[in-house]
Amino acid sequence: MIELRAIDRTFRVGDSEVHALRDVNLRIARGEYLSVMGPSGSGKSTLLNILGLLDRPDGGEYLLGGTATAALGEEARARLRREHIGFVFQSYHLVPRLNARENIELPMLLAGVAPRARKQAVDEVLERLGLTDRAHHQPSQLSGGQRQRVAIGRSIVMKPELLLADEPTGNLDTRSGTEVVALLEELNREGITLLIVTHDVALGRRAQRHLGMRDGAIGTDTLTENPGARG
Amino acid sequence: MRAADLLGFTLLVLRRQRFRSLMLLVSVSIGVAAVLLLVALGEGARGYVMREFEFIGKDIVVMFPGRKSTTGGLPPVTGVAAREITLPDLAVVARTVRGVDAIAPLVIGNAELSFGSRAREAVVIGSNADFFPMRHLDIARGQALPPLDLTVGSPVAVIGATLERELFGTRSAIGAWVRLRDYRFRVVGVLQGRGDSFGMDLSEAIFVPVASAQTLFDTQALFRVLFRVRAGADVEATKRELLARMTALHDGNEDVTVVSPDAMISTFDGILRALTLAIGGIAAISLVVAGILVMNLMLMSVRQRTAEIGLLKALGAPGAQVRTLFLAEAGLVAAAGVLLGTGAGYAGSVLLSLLYPEVPFQVPLWATLAAALFALASALLFAWLPANRAAALEPVLALGRR
Repeated sequence: MIELRAIDRTFRVGDSEVHALRDVNLRIARGEYLSVMGPSGSGKSTLLNILGLLDRPDGGEYLLGGTATAALGEEARARLRREHIGFVFQSYHLVPRLNARENIELPMLLAGVAPRARKQAVDEVLERLGLTDRAHHQPSQLSGGQRQRVAIGRSIVMKPELLLADEPTGNLDTRSGTEVVALLEELNREGITLLIVTHDVALGRRAQRHLGMRDGAIGTDTLTENPGARG
Repeated sequence: MRAADLLGFTLLVLRRQRFRSLMLLVSVSIGVAAVLLLVALGEGARGYVMREFEFIGKDIVVMFPGRKSTTGGLPPVTGVAAREITLPDLAVVARTVRGVDAIAPLVIGNAELSFGSRAREAVVIGSNADFFPMRHLDIARGQALPPLDLTVGSPVAVIGATLERELFGTRSAIGAWVRLRDYRFRVVGVLQGRGDSFGMDLSEAIFVPVASAQTLFDTQALFRVLFRVRAGADVEATKRELLARMTALHDGNEDVTVVSPDAMISTFDGILRALTLAIGGIAAISLVVAGILVMNLMLMSVRQRTAEIGLLKALGAPGAQVRTLFLAEAGLVAAAGVLLGTGAGYAGSVLLSLLYPEVPFQVPLWATLAAALFALASALLFAWLPANRAAALEPVLALGRR
């Protein structure tokens, strides 16, 4: 489903060049559950951004569902993001003036989905996230865990195949974090491809496949036969 | 994105940033109202002057001393002042210029008018019987000045209604003797209504025979002369003939000017129209200022909402859509400002009309449309830069900032 071929990404910081990614090759199959770990500056966020089409590689090719993305224009990349990729951020990134329902609805609003179809989809998402009674709360009236659940709701309302989560539990207490991870893993079991970037070793170990990043390259790529998460 | 959703989303943004939106709204509406009000003032002035001219009548030509156009050379060093127009000149003109069937000379001055112990400063107009029909002035009571030979004075006077009220109270002035400087005049008629003329209130004027006024002010010179062109005669030809005759009388010096209302109307119309456009244009600068305010506040908004812009992009909004969102914001506020400003402009114009009923203030449709278009164009144009900046934001960088 996903294939990275010889991806390079360089940032210019002042006079020096920083190789955030160098010659990264990666294949991800549909339905996989991956964690990306590594020290700060190892390039894991850059990898996530490239996978999410938020950033462009300087070299190499990225195939998403068979589509070569390197040469695509902004419009086409935006459409791919909209239809195939969901994002979950550490700091939720909810729009403060919109209530929970409206935040979840936002991607469909931008995509121009008809109101009736929107309502149905959002109702379903609210129902399954157990947020129906919080639908009209502003983000400021919600707890951290609830906010992240709303953010996850927003990321899946367009039914993407790929879910990219950047430190999804970073701002949450242990209990809320566990709930959020359980939700993400449940989505993965239903078929969504899940990639989590994290510092948290315990969270990282739960995935079937662990990518260890070091100096802009994938240092280790290990599969766990019997993931502890499923216990 | 659907238009209704775009509207809803934008309204939410505007409601959220209430102070900012309100400031934009007020600045745009002040600009629009200013344009409309100033244009209304200009149009009112134009209408007022035009009406005054039309009051004179198209068959009247006016002669006054001096040339309206200069030769471009140096002015004469020694006092070669323009010769004055005198009553003997008019006697010749009356005899020789066939296109003219009535002549009303004018001598105008100020003098203290008194009756008994009451006195006040009044405009004294020396003229003749023909003046009244030529200027469409009606006599309320009594009669107009008697038809006399121009050179013959007579101690009779017609006074305006205001003068009568101020000097005589509720009594009638007819038959009373009033005093102008050292001369006494018997009031034979009272003018009807206000009789406005070029801002001069004729209801505060006293009319005496022209020869008497010349004696009163000790002058031979005439201030103006009105000629009525005989029905069927050509106005332009008559003007040329009058000018030629006066030039011959003044030893070959072309030192008088003859104008017809038509020429004056078109000249004044042109001048006042240009003036209206100019003040409208000056007021339009306030719309540019409003546009700059739009730009600054939008730049602020882009900066504050950087993370949101990044999010929208991550959720699949292309740059063009982000730009549309910001332009919609500016456009919506500008449109509301236009509505509010137009309302205020029209209300102000109505208020002016109530305060000064004699001036026909009105907001022309072209000004309304032009102000609306200009306000919208200015807001969108100035919003373009911030909107583009938002559209060009890298989603990664935008998301990173909080």
